[in-house]
Amino acid sequence: MRFVLKTDYHRDVDLFRDKVQLGWYAALIIFVLCVPIFTGKYVESQLTLVFLWSIAGAGLMILVGYTGLISLGHAAFLSVGAYTHAIFLDLGVPPFVSIPLAMLFCGALGVVVSIAALRMTGIYLAIATLAFAMIVEKIVKNWSSVTGGNAGFRVAPPELFGWELNSTSYYYVCLVVLLVVMLCVINLLRAPTGRAFIAVRDSEISAQATGINLIQTKALAFAVSAALTGLAGTLLAYQWHYLFPDSFSMITSIKLLMLVIIGGLGSMSGVIFGAIFMTLLPDGIATLRDWLPDAIGNLPGLEPFTFGLLLILFLIFEPRGISGRWKKIRLFFGQFPLYRNKTLRRQRSFLRTERVH
Amino acid sequence: METFFQLLISGIAQGCVYGLVAIGFVLIYKATEMVNFAQGDIMMLGAFFTITLINYLNWNYFLAIIVAILAMAVVGLVLERVLLRRMIGESPFAILMVTIGLGFVLRSVVGMIWGHNPRSIVTPYTDQSLQFGAVVFPVADVVVVAATVVLCGLTFLFFRYTRFGVAMQAASQNQLAAYYVGIPVKRVVAASWALAAALAAIAGVLLLPLKSAYPEVGLVLGIKAFAAAIVGGFGSLPGAMIGGLVIGLVEIFTKYGIDGRVGFSVSDTSVYVLLLVMLIVRPSGIFASMQRKKV
Repeated sequence: MRFVLKTDYHRDVDLFRDKVQLGWYAALIIFVLCVPIFTGKYVESQLTLVFLWSIAGAGLMILVGYTGLISLGHAAFLSVGAYTHAIFLDLGVPPFVSIPLAMLFCGALGVVVSIAALRMTGIYLAIATLAFAMIVEKIVKNWSSVTGGNAGFRVAPPELFGWELNSTSYYYVCLVVLLVVMLCVINLLRAPTGRAFIAVRDSEISAQATGINLIQTKALAFAVSAALTGLAGTLLAYQWHYLFPDSFSMITSIKLLMLVIIGGLGSMSGVIFGAIFMTLLPDGIATLRDWLPDAIGNLPGLEPFTFGLLLILFLIFEPRGISGRWKKIRLFFGQFPLYRNKTLRRQRSFLRTERVH
Repeated sequence: METFFQLLISGIAQGCVYGLVAIGFVLIYKATEMVNFAQGDIMMLGAFFTITLINYLNWNYFLAIIVAILAMAVVGLVLERVLLRRMIGESPFAILMVTIGLGFVLRSVVGMIWGHNPRSIVTPYTDQSLQFGAVVFPVADVVVVAATVVLCGLTFLFFRYTRFGVAMQAASQNQLAAYYVGIPVKRVVAASWALAAALAAIAGVLLLPLKSAYPEVGLVLGIKAFAAAIVGGFGSLPGAMIGGLVIGLVEIFTKYGIDGRVGFSVSDTSVYVLLLVMLIVRPSGIFASMQRKKV
């Protein structure tokens, strides 16, 4: 285990703990930059998807993992971002204008939803976002003169300064966007705003007592989260070529939530872990199908079944997700013979109702 | 005018099914402070048990219903023992996500076993109807309403007068305090899951003559029942029932009144709009039972 000697207060808020960590991240980036040189189109497009889901996951992570607000309807922001962008492109607006516009629109929508969030917490908020997502889904489905309805909406191919992007260059674009988003989010979270988010998550009452404006903070968290998810939507639109209302159903919202839970709530590296996991899982299930006897392997329900089962198993056995498990493994080797199982034991609380009797 | 009454009765019948599922939500919530998002899927499973007993094993209708309800109570117990008991003391969000995962598993397992085709059963009262003047009531609707009224009365009496019902309420108010005064909290939680699953099975049985069952039927119905529970005020049994009726009536009247005129389906959305408006205007529901958290 390495110990960092802090000789300066800025070491507490530095992006990297020490030079070794910086080195590892640099190596990771070089590796990711080199991937398209050595691998085929398939790995490349899967990795692009990992980047895009990471962006969407980062948006949801701010809300769920750091502000403690639950959204069961984030696919709505994904959908609004994707459709707004595609429609703007169709009208001849350049991507450089259309993507920020779509993000702005999503952010504004997020603020509108947060108006509902201000009066309720927990489960109520989850249901309100779910209802919101259902309404958005129906609008997209039924307003076919604008969105194409169930027939789908064709998205113009990606271009940058007049150059049409092929899949490899799109991979790099997505990577750069992901890196920028990650930097921005991490910076936001170590700034007073992010600290306020975390304070609201841990206790609304003590956050208020320290002078945090609850309404503003929640609205801001919703706006940032919605805008980032919208950004992911705009980029996903390019990746998918065609937009269908069914791609943004309630199942997508729940998959996004699964991504942040399986990755690990309250950790930005968890977003990446979760995105990798969720992108690999369908491939894993496809491989599993070949191995299983035909009677089981050919069943259509195998994928949702595995999703549901994994979600349950993670919540029961590792609620901190992959990133939490990773930290435990590192701690185990860091203090090798001295690791105690109970170091990171979860704290349980007894429930008390908020109802009047 | 006849159409109005016709719509009214079918809206009430549909609302009763929502209300019954919503009562299941509220029951578990009242007793354990957990929100069970898989309630609709448990209802769907109960319906499929009944279908199997009647259509494949050719059992008598009433015997099949009783066996299906008991079987679902056992399923509820098993679910509580295997999954939810491990989650006692975790955050409500984690518990909600576990039940969402459970919903996924139940839907796909039912899809694997019974397939995805809609199925129904023949009941002793299929295709029968009562006539009052010019208005014709299908018996199925009347049975749903009557059964719901009886069940509501029973649950109310249970929570009000039985030792176990009071113990459930105590366990919900403060688990630790309930434990200190000698209430077997674990057993109370298990029993409330069994009871909620049995109620869901009854709702499934009553739904079958109105609507055919397929694996995804519980998802949408569950969300609408959830909306009913919230409109009525989460945690209130009469509220859940009234919320169910409101949702059922709003749905059927928007379907009849607006859908035909605008050319696309508004009725599906109307429930969610109602829910959102309700959450913004009066989040605590018609029968408010929430209070502001005290420090």
